[in-house]
Amino acid sequence: MSSSATLHTANDPSHVQSHFGIDTALAHRCLAAALSAGGEFAELYFESVTSSSIGVDEGIVKSASQSHSRGCGIRVLSAERTGYSYTDSLEEDRLLHAAKTAALIASGPATVQVQGFVTATVHDLYPVVGLDAEITAKLALVQRADHAARAYDGRVTQVRAGFSDEVKHILIVASDGTWASDTQPLSRFSVSVIANDSQADGGKGATARGSGGGGGRVTLDYYTTTRTPEYFAEEAARQAIVQLTAKAAPAGEMEVVLGPGWPGVLIHEAVGHGLEADFNRKKQSAFAGLMDQRVATDKVSVADNGTMPNRRGSLNMDDEGTPTQNNLLIENGMLRRYMSDKLSAKLMGLPGTGSGRRESYSSIPMPRMTNTYMLPGQDDPADILRSVKRGLFAANFSGGSVDITNGKFVFAASEAYLIEDGKVTAPVKGAMLIGNGPEALQYVSMVGHDLALDEGIGTCGKRGQGVPVCVGAPTIKLDKMTVGGTGH
Amino acid sequence: MTPTDSKAELLTHAQQIVDRAMRAGATDAEAVVYEGDEFSTKVRLGQVETLTESTSRAVGLRVFNGHRTASTSTNDFSNASIERMIRGAVELAKITEEDPFAGLPDASAYSTLRSGEGLGIYFDDVYQLPAKDRIEMARATEAAAMAADTRIQNSDGGTFTASTMHKWIANSRGFEGEFRKSYCGIGCAPIAQDERGMQRDGWGSSARTLRKLDTPEEVGREAAKRALRRLGARRVPTQRASIVFSREIARGIIGDIFDAVNGDAVYRNATMFAGKLGEEVASPLVTVIDDGTMMLEPGLGGFGTLPFDGDGLPMQRKVIVDKGVLQTYVTNTYTARKLGTRSTGNASRGLAGAPGIGSGNFYLQPGTLSPREIIAEVQNGLYVTEVLGSGVNLVTGDYSQGATGMWIENGVFTGAVEEITIAGNLKEMYKNIVAVGNDLVFRGSSASPCIRVEGMTIAGS
Repeated sequence: MSSSATLHTANDPSHVQSHFGIDTALAHRCLAAALSAGGEFAELYFESVTSSSIGVDEGIVKSASQSHSRGCGIRVLSAERTGYSYTDSLEEDRLLHAAKTAALIASGPATVQVQGFVTATVHDLYPVVGLDAEITAKLALVQRADHAARAYDGRVTQVRAGFSDEVKHILIVASDGTWASDTQPLSRFSVSVIANDSQADGGKGATARGSGGGGGRVTLDYYTTTRTPEYFAEEAARQAIVQLTAKAAPAGEMEVVLGPGWPGVLIHEAVGHGLEADFNRKKQSAFAGLMDQRVATDKVSVADNGTMPNRRGSLNMDDEGTPTQNNLLIENGMLRRYMSDKLSAKLMGLPGTGSGRRESYSSIPMPRMTNTYMLPGQDDPADILRSVKRGLFAANFSGGSVDITNGKFVFAASEAYLIEDGKVTAPVKGAMLIGNGPEALQYVSMVGHDLALDEGIGTCGKRGQGVPVCVGAPTIKLDKMTVGGTGH
Repeated sequence: MTPTDSKAELLTHAQQIVDRAMRAGATDAEAVVYEGDEFSTKVRLGQVETLTESTSRAVGLRVFNGHRTASTSTNDFSNASIERMIRGAVELAKITEEDPFAGLPDASAYSTLRSGEGLGIYFDDVYQLPAKDRIEMARATEAAAMAADTRIQNSDGGTFTASTMHKWIANSRGFEGEFRKSYCGIGCAPIAQDERGMQRDGWGSSARTLRKLDTPEEVGREAAKRALRRLGARRVPTQRASIVFSREIARGIIGDIFDAVNGDAVYRNATMFAGKLGEEVASPLVTVIDDGTMMLEPGLGGFGTLPFDGDGLPMQRKVIVDKGVLQTYVTNTYTARKLGTRSTGNASRGLAGAPGIGSGNFYLQPGTLSPREIIAEVQNGLYVTEVLGSGVNLVTGDYSQGATGMWIENGVFTGAVEEITIAGNLKEMYKNIVAVGNDLVFRGSSASPCIRVEGMTIAGS
């Protein structure tokens, strides 16, 4: 567990009880029912989420919505087996029914006693905010984004801007004595634009799209001071205007430079997923069995850090009640740590890393990333570009994915340029990068000193569960990567 | 409300919520109630790894204040929570802005079908098997894959899932309807390994009734075959070559046509097919249909067959592309008004927010050649079995995806390939479809036979 100075005692239990109406006696009864068939570990995960969104489209605030959901997921572990049941009613009879359903993963008499509850000490990484009072303020924000995108360039023809936020309360009670709670705010601003230019492409005309956005576990004033609607809108408009003149991306192997920030999604796909403990426990990962071995050049160090204040991927504790940590996964090219949840840590004899996450009360937790990034190096970003004779500079991506088993990953560049004789030249469209995770890390030859995290737009999907994450990296040069375009 | 409420009470509940919203000041309102249950299990290396069993439900409300609209939802059916949901929607609809195109459909337009009776989309047999037999289905699927070859010693497990969903919808224009859908599926994901490395692939079967599931043995053997054939995959040099998309992947390429004729993208001019009605957008071999009324066989509806769409309008059969010529866009009530047409019955309704646009049963009409005959014609090319990534831009048509498959020389497979990309532009790819297979099978709500496309670029070593 981290000894960070930001640790504090979890929310006052009475505050949490007002959300879920459960006390230690009821929790004890539910856990005992969950363990009644011989399970070794049982856990109650209570969750309550209130969310809202508002959107402007074609200059009109067309939509506003609000949702509330709550429920409890009950998990029972028996060796490698997981029994799970959830209920959206928190009445005692429904909780006990779910507990008894999950219990049936084991078969036999009860063998494990519920431990006395100890309130967990967790981080204090984000503010506790409400949602309701500020709807008109949010409305003004999306209108500002609409105006700014249109004002950026007359070729911007369609603008959509939206603001969404949620507050999630969770309470985790487990038979190992865990009693942990958290209140997690999360918000996101998004802008997407379409630009048209009838004169582009030699009079044939061109249409392009661009997007901008960001957020985190922040208060609303983040969007009036640190990252304004104008900032996001102008970024979306700028991308669309650049794309109007983009030509076809080249095809084949070449040198590739990734810009700082969101291109760190490469690290997330090529490395991060392969270092989640469950894939390694089941020997399904291309990184299985490589602990303390060299997996990258010595310029490469990668961390998954759940303890960064206000970040989209940050958590005071994970969804099993374990405080998050700053985990150094790769240190100067050597594999140092897998990300684990309670089940994998126990079965593999690993230290807990605070990486057990789940999408909601209806989902079984598993090892997941938080904020994952490559640590900064020594190189000047300008020198990195200057070192490339002919290659691709990828400034932004629309997303990526990976096949954990063979390590193959792809990601699509939404903004990319040719590099010719050390200079960034023409924008290109439709560039896809493809590689093999362990192999790509061998080609990292330069690492900039300009580490940046993305603006707070990422959602990571695994086995059908989405969780908010951040990615990041400094400017990086890979000596060889395959670019999938149609040009020459 | 307690879980013992009868089904009829939940429809009454939707109507009551509409009535309460109208009394609270809405000029129109629509409520939707969902109730579902889920069973899923995964057996890995012969042992149960996970087992999940649950029920859930939720209610969503959309209200209008003239041409202003807002929506709210909750899964807490207590009276206080429902009251909060109704008041929240009515208040929010005061702060959104006038959108002259917003509003419920006219009362005369609603579907006369008000339930799923007779459509063959709900079968209660998905819950008839006891839990131990369901676990056995998952176990047998994985076991069949593991037994297929000694190079398969690991697996991500065999699965069995079953679920049902019941939806009720009511609105202030007098529409009320409900339907139930059932689903069951088995699958597995074996990992093959030899001295050249590890490869995973998978296969599955899904159906509305257990009677229509493939057997665990069939699914397991197919999954094993797919993982094994990837072993020893190599890269190929960057080149132009013929590409045959297997039907599983062709389904995605043809699915992009649906997104490109989505009325929402059309009115925004955010699709390559905006303004192309009546024009040739594909090869004459291409006829694409969206049919929300289709029966797979007597008494068995398609995966995309429903009694009414998310606006309560009738589902329809439309020819989207007829022998290469674009015939129609697909719309819901809102986008049809924006485009000055009538809704094609493609509204899809989630819990919250305005209806989106979704397909019925969407497919490319099959041709006459078997996949084997199509492959036999290829001198030098790629048979694509998997694509990776999100490199499809429907505004420009730019298409670039990671690909895995089998290399074809002189009409026969010469080994697996991977870590390459295939790229082109969809506008040209659709026109360059030179063969359409006869192997159309509905494994979901959209489907395609295999297709051969010329003129694409493969990027590799």
